[in-house]
Amino acid sequence: MVEVNEKIAIEHGLKSDEYKKICELLKRTPNITELGVFSAMWNEHCSYKSSRRHLKKLHTKGDQVIQGPGENAGVVDIEDDDAIVFKIESHNHPSFIEPYQGAATGVGGIMRDVFTMGARPIANLNSIHFGSPDHEKTRNLLRGVVKGIGGYGNCIGVPTIAGQTCFDESYNGNILVNAMTLGLVNKNKIFYSKAAGINKPVIYVGSKTGRDGIHGASMASAIFDDKIEEKKPTVQVGDPFTEKLLLEACLELMAGKSIISIQDMGAAGLTSSSIEMASKGDLGIEIDLTKVPCREENMTPYEIMLSESQERMLIVLEEGKENEAKKIFDKWNLDFAVIGKTTNSKNIELFFKNEKVAEIPIDFLAENAPMYDRKWAKAKLPKENKFSKDQFKSLKLSDCLKRILIDPNIADKEWIWDQYDHTVMGDTIQKPGGNAGVVRVHGTNKAVAASVDSSANYCHAHPLTGGKQVVCESWRNMISVGAKPIAITNCLNFGNPEKEKNMGEFVECVEGITEASKFLNYPVVSGNVSFYNETKDKGIKPTPSIGGIGLLSDYKKMMTMELKNEGNYLFVIGKTEGHLDQSIFARNILSEFNGPPPEVNLFNEKQNGNSILNLKNKNLIETCHDVSLGGILTALSKMCIKGSKGVKLFSLKGLVNKFEYFFGEDQGRYIIEIKPENLENVENMLKKDSIHFDKLGLVEGDKIILENDLKISIDHIKEGYKKWLKEYMVN
Amino acid sequence: MKSSVIIFPGSNCDRDMDVALKKFGFENQMVWHNDAKIPKSNLIVLPGGFSYGDYLRCGSIAGKSRIIKSVIDFANSGGLVLGICNGFQILTETGLLPGILQQNKYLNFICKNVFVKIKNKENKYFKKIKKDILKLHIAHNEGNYFCSNDELKSIEDNGQIAVTYCDQEGKDDEKNNPNGALKNIAGIFNKNKNILGMMPHPERMIDPYLSGEDGSIFFENLIESL
Repeated sequence: MVEVNEKIAIEHGLKSDEYKKICELLKRTPNITELGVFSAMWNEHCSYKSSRRHLKKLHTKGDQVIQGPGENAGVVDIEDDDAIVFKIESHNHPSFIEPYQGAATGVGGIMRDVFTMGARPIANLNSIHFGSPDHEKTRNLLRGVVKGIGGYGNCIGVPTIAGQTCFDESYNGNILVNAMTLGLVNKNKIFYSKAAGINKPVIYVGSKTGRDGIHGASMASAIFDDKIEEKKPTVQVGDPFTEKLLLEACLELMAGKSIISIQDMGAAGLTSSSIEMASKGDLGIEIDLTKVPCREENMTPYEIMLSESQERMLIVLEEGKENEAKKIFDKWNLDFAVIGKTTNSKNIELFFKNEKVAEIPIDFLAENAPMYDRKWAKAKLPKENKFSKDQFKSLKLSDCLKRILIDPNIADKEWIWDQYDHTVMGDTIQKPGGNAGVVRVHGTNKAVAASVDSSANYCHAHPLTGGKQVVCESWRNMISVGAKPIAITNCLNFGNPEKEKNMGEFVECVEGITEASKFLNYPVVSGNVSFYNETKDKGIKPTPSIGGIGLLSDYKKMMTMELKNEGNYLFVIGKTEGHLDQSIFARNILSEFNGPPPEVNLFNEKQNGNSILNLKNKNLIETCHDVSLGGILTALSKMCIKGSKGVKLFSLKGLVNKFEYFFGEDQGRYIIEIKPENLENVENMLKKDSIHFDKLGLVEGDKIILENDLKISIDHIKEGYKKWLKEYMVN
Repeated sequence: MKSSVIIFPGSNCDRDMDVALKKFGFENQMVWHNDAKIPKSNLIVLPGGFSYGDYLRCGSIAGKSRIIKSVIDFANSGGLVLGICNGFQILTETGLLPGILQQNKYLNFICKNVFVKIKNKENKYFKKIKKDILKLHIAHNEGNYFCSNDELKSIEDNGQIAVTYCDQEGKDDEKNNPNGALKNIAGIFNKNKNILGMMPHPERMIDPYLSGEDGSIFFENLIESL
């Protein structure tokens, strides 16, 4: 057996003082298996040691919340006896090293988190961020990640209904792959990970344990260097077929009453799952590692405890229910083994070939795990740019629009979502490419909307504002499909928390998220943190991804974004001040990368959104689309392209110039389409609610026309918008 | 009318098919792949999905499963057998239908709406359908139909091509071929036309709120002609 010392501890990713603390707590030197267990539980990924004290501040409560953060996933009430279980999770580090398997197992892992709670997954989403399109690795990483996400989700038969793809050079060395799943559960039949009772059998089900993914969680807690390729063996290998069987078998077992608690083996495998169950139940746990089904020969206790082989679950059963449960797993050809029992020792005790190979008090691993109050630097609000008239003089609206529509962050992403099965399960009523994905709650009149958003440029420019903005954008996505926003899940992707600037970005983004979600009653119910997205001292832009869900009590009232009928009016809801700093226009056309992000006014945000829902409930709106990246003209172009219809714009009346008006990225805005006969009614209602609105134009013909200023055919802009990504992937 | 949907481990369109069949009046039952016999049925459906993970080759392991013997006996006695997507792949693996389904030409999974042209209405599957072109939905990675020249001649001579990929107007040329399938073939019959295998999923198009409604036409006709 390897002799443990500080050097070995450091190789396991522990800091020297953390190793000392372990020795102090144990009052002895740990053996190698114990060291492995500590390193798995104390790394950033599992322990949240840098983020914990800040995450406590998140707004997590609300009448709709059944389960907030701290479980496998969050649970919210969607009326009747139905509840939605959902969560987003990162799989960034493995996806950079091995894009297909990294992304695939990211999808597999998040689905397990959801069905562990008794829910059948009904929709998948993802948020993926890549380096500059010109970077040598980007194309292959994108291809691999998309294939991985599709390969896993398609096989399981859960539709991938929405997502987001961004490109920015800050991700050149660290891509982001965030996967989100929604599941449907009866709210009286939710399963939790908290174990209860002693001498209850601990059951291992699913795939066999192999040597893949050992130290995956530690790898995900480290920065990258030149030798990153050597980390390939730490990436897990996914088997969606087995996961599909595991899903069906678990749901079959859950229909009965034999499960006390259940937990999937995700990051840090058997180690974290067994310790979490025992810790939450304030119990001890005893495991005989000889009984763990292994795929490879001569696996050591150390390897068995740290393996991140996929598609495995740990269950604490009621006594005497073993045979009943085993029958179900036999039917689905899955391994089933009683590997241990709960105890009252409050220790984790591991046995191997009749010898005790580890014994650690559980609270050393869970509650007593290190927690840091890292230093952080507050960000200043950058100074606004003053653009001179000369900068706009030679510009034409049509040229600017064409350039913006082929910006990688705006251009159509059909090449991606065509590769995801988005219609299986027969309830997808809004496909990818809209405001949000929408799936019906099977067999009811209800539907659930979901989307994922991030705004790294805004967060980078001013983390506090960026954090607020991204929550608002998610909220707007829900409103735009006519759904009542319910709750969010967040995936917090940041650089190195040991650097004050990065830590500051984290702290202030969390603050912004908290402020907005509290004001909008849009609580955070689950999520995860991914730090150390850094390669050779270069970190990513702060990228909190917000996954939001909303409820439509009548799916027939869903709104879509394509223009519907000639002669209808278009309004912009919300005030346009013409904020160009940090906009796509500023970057692409004016080459200006500095300045503050658009201001977020939470009061207006809420008022504007609620009045849109109000109008929709009275059937006064035909179409709705939120105005985000690229401003009004970009949003409008997408509506025109989707509906194959043109627009005649009214002449501008405001004080801002036309570029500021059409490309400014002010917040809290929507474009809505209204039938002429509803015009008066809508105007009156908006006035009554004191909502600012502009009359934008009329749906007409096959061009976007603004007298003397703009005339561009929809077919023409459609071509560029649709083909950028396809051509990029072929080259 | 009684129908049976076979569930293989890895099937994932079994529920969708069950919903569709029941919606149009079938009394449907789900049959487990390891069962020895299929209950009395007027129609057997092999649903889409990834049976046995599609390991080895799509549909190959399902083609050797315990239940398959009963499916073959049923088909050989003239019973209606419908295979959608993975079900089509399984039917070619059992030899009930000629040819094979290879990986899509551009090597990507494709999920989108397509138009298909009905090539032969002298059978129970398409008999009373008035339209010649249906808007259906595909979602597959291996839908690129291929067979030998002799087989192709034989299936063409016997009117075994059921549906081909086309555009809105019915043009079934290479431009409207999503996956590289020989002759744009999206679905074929056996000689007797009681077995139909096709890649498109009619069960995903049974409601105006879904991708479309032409799947409804397919099922309405099916129950009527049985």
